[in-house]
Amino acid sequence: MKGILKGALMALTLAGGAAQIAQAEQFDDGLAPHYYNSLKDKKVVFLPLAMSFDLPQVWAEGMQTQADRLGYELSIRDPNWSSDVGAQALTTLISEKPDLMVVHNPDMQVYARLLARAQKAGIKVIQINLKSVATTDAYVGVNWYEVGEHQATMAINACAPEAGGSGKIAIMQGTPTNPNNAITMSAIEDVLAKHPEIEVVSSQSADWDATKAHSVASTVIKQNPDLCGYIGLWEVMDAGVSAAIREADKVGEIKLFTNGGGQKPACDSLANGAFTGYVSYDAFGQARDLTNAIAQVMQSDLAPGEAPYALYTPIRDLTKDTMRDDSCWTMDDVAKAPF
Amino acid sequence: MTETAARKATGPAWPRLGLTQETIVFFIAIAFFAVFAVTLPGFLASDNLLSLLQNVSVLGILGVAMGIVVIGRGIDLAMVATMAMSTAWTISLMNAGTDAVSAVLLGLGFAAVIGIVMGILIAYVEIPAIFATLAMSTVIYGFGRLALVDLDVIYVPEDADWLRALSGSVGGVPLPVIWFGLVALLAYAFLRFTRRGRYIYAMGDNYEAARITGIPARPMTVLQYLLSSVIAFGAGIITASLLATVNIRVAQSTMVYDVILVVVLGGIGLSGGKGGVRNVIVGTVLIGILLNGMTIMDLSFTLQNLVKGAVLLVAIIVDSFVNPRDEQTAQQGDI
Repeated sequence: MKGILKGALMALTLAGGAAQIAQAEQFDDGLAPHYYNSLKDKKVVFLPLAMSFDLPQVWAEGMQTQADRLGYELSIRDPNWSSDVGAQALTTLISEKPDLMVVHNPDMQVYARLLARAQKAGIKVIQINLKSVATTDAYVGVNWYEVGEHQATMAINACAPEAGGSGKIAIMQGTPTNPNNAITMSAIEDVLAKHPEIEVVSSQSADWDATKAHSVASTVIKQNPDLCGYIGLWEVMDAGVSAAIREADKVGEIKLFTNGGGQKPACDSLANGAFTGYVSYDAFGQARDLTNAIAQVMQSDLAPGEAPYALYTPIRDLTKDTMRDDSCWTMDDVAKAPF
Repeated sequence: MTETAARKATGPAWPRLGLTQETIVFFIAIAFFAVFAVTLPGFLASDNLLSLLQNVSVLGILGVAMGIVVIGRGIDLAMVATMAMSTAWTISLMNAGTDAVSAVLLGLGFAAVIGIVMGILIAYVEIPAIFATLAMSTVIYGFGRLALVDLDVIYVPEDADWLRALSGSVGGVPLPVIWFGLVALLAYAFLRFTRRGRYIYAMGDNYEAARITGIPARPMTVLQYLLSSVIAFGAGIITASLLATVNIRVAQSTMVYDVILVVVLGGIGLSGGKGGVRNVIVGTVLIGILLNGMTIMDLSFTLQNLVKGAVLLVAIIVDSFVNPRDEQTAQQGDI
């Protein structure tokens, strides 16, 4: 037994020596060796909502590029929109003990206790784009309240009677119980409360489904011939609203304000007038924020969750006039970018 | 045994008013229509009525397809998955530069293959339709995600004007309504006037008896699922045309239950052999009136779902009083 232990110790020392040689190749400016060592051969796991839409694909692409550069192992557990499957994956992960988990919450409650448990078990956790009630090492992502404020302000500026609008707007919600929906809505309501001249003629939910959004919007538009603006809470669903506006032959007359991660189709829609205003939370930029947060959290020697911090995504309002060639990104841009 | 004979045997549990579920639902629809017409300004405007119909056209088309299957005593739970994945493939092929005709033919072919596979599983392997199609819906979605499309949302290419034109309007009538009408008419003609259409009723009424009589029951079952898959592809193309996007997440949504709702609400019993296209239209129109009225009233999401559920429940309860279970359904079960 002792012999085995001794052997293992020797092997470890040898491995340590080898690592030291690798380090020695790195110019030591006082931080670089620590930076590289803190990520080398580490295990990072990404738990998205699903891998089938733009945001997680961009983040994963960024992380993979970083993993290849810094030599950590990235694995992805795709629960495909099921929070049950996600919770099971988390439970398994806690016993697998990766070094870091990047978690995309489906809502504020469902993973909260598991995330706290993971931190207690010594796993570092970064949350992305929706923060759970549990606070972990870092949060990277959008502040949904801010998105709502921006959308409401854009709509008010375009539709207030003093700006020549009718003052009538409608809102297309996703699923009211989803926290990003709820937070964005509370921001919109707060902003509208200060503007009594704006009348909300309809506030309906379409369950993030473009087909339902289309049905609702086509009815609302016919019901309110002087409707000035539509606020929608997600670009994909709002394709339905824009189709209804086009059918009613009111492109430009009814202004549509939506939000999203800023992928190319969004800029196309702004250019062809389907969207009037677009609050972009730039998922490409988020990927950079995320990879930076990974580097930072891994360099820290503190216990998991000891010094939490947030990187709220700087959002920007895009219109046909403020849009530039590089305002939106494509997957190809992301694949070729450094992380 | 015919229905009347069964009733005579068991005796009516409720005074017979000559009401079928279809008429009940029709009256409910009329009642809602009247109430909305009086209370909601703008409800009666022809524009609004047309958009009411347009909004349920795709649901109606799927309902017709489901109706054909249910009349033959089957059920197609994979219909929405078939619709989503075959259309998504067509659109992503177009995005990748395939010409429109080949893309549409490939999508249609994919849908047809799905239908035939399901039909074979049900008719020849003799797996109950509910399990075969439920499993197939997962297989279709998984295969599609793995091999055909890798994004949930696929945008229709900017230059596909012909596709957008499919949801335009003719003389003020939105084309989706006309497509619905056309599909309904064809299905009606098929079910009423063709020999194969009548076979479907015979099989739905009593599968064993139909086989003994010499009806090619197995190939007919394959035909049913082939039809429903192909119609589903058509419905998918109309949706894509309307929204300029395809969202494959509908494959995992509860939309297929909305389709079943329309069929059952209209009075096509899940035990098969009963009803027709008219029932689907009545069910679809009721849902259309409800959704439209509730949108105008700006009711909340939860309340809308509650009302939809309650209406279905009322229709089913009334039906079970008016058309009590007979000997045959008692023996064979509902599906």
